[in-house]
Amino acid sequence: MTKLWIKLYRWVNERVHLEDLVEFLGKKYVPVHSHSVWYYFGGVSLFLFIIQVVTGILLLLYYKGSEQLAFESIQFIMSKVEFGWLIRSIHSWAANLFVLSAMIHMFSVYFTKAYRNPREMTWLTGMLMFFLALGFGFSGYLLPWNELAFFATKVGTDIAGVLPIIGEPIMIFLRGGEEVTGATLSRFFGFHVAVLPGIFTVLLGIHLILVQRQGMSEPIDVENSPTAERKAMPFFPNFLLRDLLFWLLVLNLLAILAVFFPWELGKKADLFAPAPAGIRPEWYFMFMFQTLKYIPAQLWIVDGEVFGIMAFGIAGLLWTLVPFWDRKSSRGEKNLLITYSGMFAVMYIIILTILGWRS
Amino acid sequence: MNGADSRNSDKGKRDFLKYVLGGGLLAWVGSVFYPLFAYLKPPKQAEVEVSSVKVGKLSEIEKDSGTIVRFGNKPVILVRTASGEMRAFSATCTHLDCTVQYQKDMGVIWCACHNGKYDLNGRNVSGPPPRPLDEFKVILQGEEVSISKNA
Repeated sequence: MTKLWIKLYRWVNERVHLEDLVEFLGKKYVPVHSHSVWYYFGGVSLFLFIIQVVTGILLLLYYKGSEQLAFESIQFIMSKVEFGWLIRSIHSWAANLFVLSAMIHMFSVYFTKAYRNPREMTWLTGMLMFFLALGFGFSGYLLPWNELAFFATKVGTDIAGVLPIIGEPIMIFLRGGEEVTGATLSRFFGFHVAVLPGIFTVLLGIHLILVQRQGMSEPIDVENSPTAERKAMPFFPNFLLRDLLFWLLVLNLLAILAVFFPWELGKKADLFAPAPAGIRPEWYFMFMFQTLKYIPAQLWIVDGEVFGIMAFGIAGLLWTLVPFWDRKSSRGEKNLLITYSGMFAVMYIIILTILGWRS
Repeated sequence: MNGADSRNSDKGKRDFLKYVLGGGLLAWVGSVFYPLFAYLKPPKQAEVEVSSVKVGKLSEIEKDSGTIVRFGNKPVILVRTASGEMRAFSATCTHLDCTVQYQKDMGVIWCACHNGKYDLNGRNVSGPPPRPLDEFKVILQGEEVSISKNA
């Protein structure tokens, strides 16, 4: 058996020089310091993405993306298909854990200022993937075609329509018409299973190549400490094995959540029923949703909702472009403004999310 | 012809080629992307223009209640107040497009999405809605109740 592997390795190696890669892996080190734990969340996000691809493909075998059949096809998956309930529940739970893990990854990179020169492109591709992840969540939420999803999609796409000039065409493009109908479902289905995964995979490739090429970033104070005090562990096998252990833990957590807290399907969407009481979006949109509730209809001369949406848009843009305006961190200096605004963002999100859940 | 002349005529030829090729490229880009963008825009569906809709018999509509009525492809809410008066409004919340409902205990038209409230004249009285609900006309012909556009 071993002989066969060696033979195979030699056969490939003669053709593509695998030894370069093996040598590269052997020389790859991961810094060890008090914030090392955050390094695992990129890998966990990757793992959850892989789970989403696999379970997503499995769901595609039975799911039917149309107004008449979507809800029923998921009922079928959950009640008739063997382990269908498990696959669907894992897909829903992993989606949420994926956003959570990507968030932790993003905030840890932000607070350790790992986005600073020379890793601006890694941050940018990461942020784009984060927005795509929210797009995955938003489009996937509609696919069961239930009541909650229907109104969440109405509100979400209407928010896009609030933007001046470009808003209306974007809303019509997203909805596939003036209203949320079966046409919207078809479009969201296409975005969810083809457009978004395609773009995401390209960005993920760039992101991972950059990480390999540049190595892990160290926090500024670690980087500034004397070389003798800086520690590192080999990526292969030390870090990789720890990574895999983490993945195993996440898989266990997923299994527990999917089995003991199966994802609900709710009631089929009725285009002519009032919005049900207690309607709320996915938790990662909650803070924005809750903010919209508090903003009055009219703020000075602008519509309250336009104001809220523009404010979130600008904040998101500033956040995405942080490597380009935070010059201090790139010079290796502490930048407290960045840290405090990050803490403000985290507090804001947590408080508004809790308020949203309680109301 | 001296050197300067030939250089000028060369430049003229180059410019000519630049415009022809550049223009060709632009036309090509246009002819590829125009159909693509046009395809993304959903076609206007022929909508049946509805001007009035029959709801049912007056005796079947309870006092102090609200029902959603299908008006073409839009929802309309028909409210019968506690005193028996009938009013109809567009059921689409003016805030973010959710469908509103009648709330008995508060005596208001309520939107569950962002807690917007309208009074029974359709006026936005609390929460985020920026405008009143569009009003529809309720027509009583004997026992028959129907709703029609206000204009």
